[in-house]
Amino acid sequence: MDLFRVLVVDDEKDFLETLVKRLNKRNIETAGVASGEQALEMMKQKLFDVVILDIKMPGGMDGIEALREMKKIQPLAEILLLTGHAAVETSIEGMKLGAFDYLLKPIKLEELLVKLAQAFEKKDSHDQKIRSARIKELIRFPGRVFDQEKP
Amino acid sequence: MRNELYAGLRRKITAITLVVSITPLLALGATIYFQFSGMYRDKIKEQIYYRAKTQADGVDLFLKERTAILGAMADTNQFNFIVEEKNLLPIFSIVNQRAGAFVDLGVIDNAGRQSAYVGPYDLAGLNYYQQPWFGEVMTKGIYISDVYTGFRQIPHFIIAVRRQENQLGWILRATIDSDVFGAIVKAAQVGRTGDAYIINSEGIFQTRPRFEGKILERSHLDPSQFGGRTTILERMDKRGKSTLYAGSWLNNDKWLLVISQEVEEEMASFYATRSIEIAIIMAGVLAIVMVTLFTTRTTVNRLRETDGRLDELNAQLVHSDKLAALGKMAAGVAHEINNPLAVILQKTGWMEDLLEDEDLSKSNSYAELKASIAKIEEHVERARKVVHGMLGYVRKMEPRLEDVDINDTIMQTLSLLSNYARINNIEIKTDFAVDLPVIASDQSQLQQVFLNIINNAIDAIRKDGLIWVRTKRDDSWLSVNIEDTGPGIPPDKQKRVFDPFFTTKEPGKGTGLGLWISHSIIEKMGGSISFETDVGKGSTFTIRIPIVVPEKK
Repeated sequence: MDLFRVLVVDDEKDFLETLVKRLNKRNIETAGVASGEQALEMMKQKLFDVVILDIKMPGGMDGIEALREMKKIQPLAEILLLTGHAAVETSIEGMKLGAFDYLLKPIKLEELLVKLAQAFEKKDSHDQKIRSARIKELIRFPGRVFDQEKP
Repeated sequence: MRNELYAGLRRKITAITLVVSITPLLALGATIYFQFSGMYRDKIKEQIYYRAKTQADGVDLFLKERTAILGAMADTNQFNFIVEEKNLLPIFSIVNQRAGAFVDLGVIDNAGRQSAYVGPYDLAGLNYYQQPWFGEVMTKGIYISDVYTGFRQIPHFIIAVRRQENQLGWILRATIDSDVFGAIVKAAQVGRTGDAYIINSEGIFQTRPRFEGKILERSHLDPSQFGGRTTILERMDKRGKSTLYAGSWLNNDKWLLVISQEVEEEMASFYATRSIEIAIIMAGVLAIVMVTLFTTRTTVNRLRETDGRLDELNAQLVHSDKLAALGKMAAGVAHEINNPLAVILQKTGWMEDLLEDEDLSKSNSYAELKASIAKIEEHVERARKVVHGMLGYVRKMEPRLEDVDINDTIMQTLSLLSNYARINNIEIKTDFAVDLPVIASDQSQLQQVFLNIINNAIDAIRKDGLIWVRTKRDDSWLSVNIEDTGPGIPPDKQKRVFDPFFTTKEPGKGTGLGLWISHSIIEKMGGSISFETDVGKGSTFTIRIPIVVPEKK
């Protein structure tokens, strides 16, 4: 498995810390933040492949709002929604906004890993497509790359 | 308590209706009766009044005629002529021919001696000088006596006229048979109780009355009670019967012609009318009472039924409310529990990770720790299931509409359960209606409901049995019948079947949420779940879903 980068956003500190530790232990480069605002800050500085986002966080930024912002900052990052209750409507709304899937707490790490792998795969294939499209373009119009790279 | 209310209401409605409908009827009846009775009485009085008056006039005329003809005879004949009996006889026959009713005729000279006489009695030569009437006729010229028996012992009266011839006065006197005279009066005796007679100013009968005495006896009437000309009296006799008396004075107010009539007889036809009226009113009252009782009973019973249905509906509403509130609570509780569970699970996971590390695997307690962690995870899993069960209820809040073929859905459900049923030797038979329409509903929710109920049926039977699944169309409803040969539901548990966390299964086997969720799902769809159970024989659950036709795409 390629190394990939994950950001966990959850206000439950114990959960957050443990999950981050366990993912890191499994060679997944994981960062954890406790709020939507911090997550956005983090994403502006660093690229992530998958974001695990708790959509029900008391106070501060609403999960859906955070999701919207994240998609603006890193449109290619896959986002896995996590919820402690069955806010199916919210989850559906989230998926409409581009979330990859949603999971219900509590969740076993094994299941989470499966989902993460799927999300990563999707992201990866997406990246591949973009890359191959670029390559095709390069082959067709070699000069174009330089045109685009110019600000 | 309720029954008393209804009885009170019924009494009130009945009383008001009866009073309102019977009172005017009785008032109308009474008014008609009294008005009519008064009019009728007036009519009777009027009739008797005119009868008395005309009869008195008739009698008066009779007397005047007799007096006039006697006067004419006296005036046209000289004393010397008339005193001869052979001359008096033709005169007698002439007056009798012209007027009749004369019994005899006599001539009396101024000394009171009857100088000539024609008639059936031997009265010639009698002297009347001492008689009071003699003086009266000599002074007044005309005299009509009261009825008396006199020398001949037969009731009669006399008419006497005086002739003044030169200085000499003489009298022509005639007797009138009281019976002949009385016959005229009698003509006015009508009906069974009607009487007509003449009394003089002292109340002595001058003609023979029909009932109230004999001629020349004293009548019980006091003539002074009667005023001038014609008057009417009403008197009650001992038996309480009312009699009308009409009295009309005649013969220069010396005599009183009386006509009497029992009121009752005259009123007979009126009483007949009154009986009919009473009968009609009684029939009316009876009809009103019966109709009132009937309609009131019907109305109150209807009300009672409606109230009953309303109560039932209220109970259902309260129940639904309760379930909805529980649903919201469940969502909140789920959230509060799931987060700690998530933490626990991560922590144990971390512990496991650590156990694999370093040399802990060589520790003596390694196996025990590993087992403990596994147990914790198992129980977290158990708690998770309960919470997720509750969340299933919340999840169903938003049903998705898709085209659903009920028979298909059930078949899919049965395929999930077929293995479980087979190992318990339970046969599942189906009887599907073939013409069921495709409806717009949520297939996965329906599947959950069927799964819950059929799974319950299998659990109830335990081993060896039969489950029937039937579908049919019922107007605008689809109904699904799931019948099992299980032990049935004991009466004390029937009420709680749809309550959350109520289960009869062994601990750990059922969460008690299946029927609760199913009930909520179906209610949300506008349908209903009900069951019939026969302890020892089995239960039948019936699911009714409204047929909602999918929109044409």
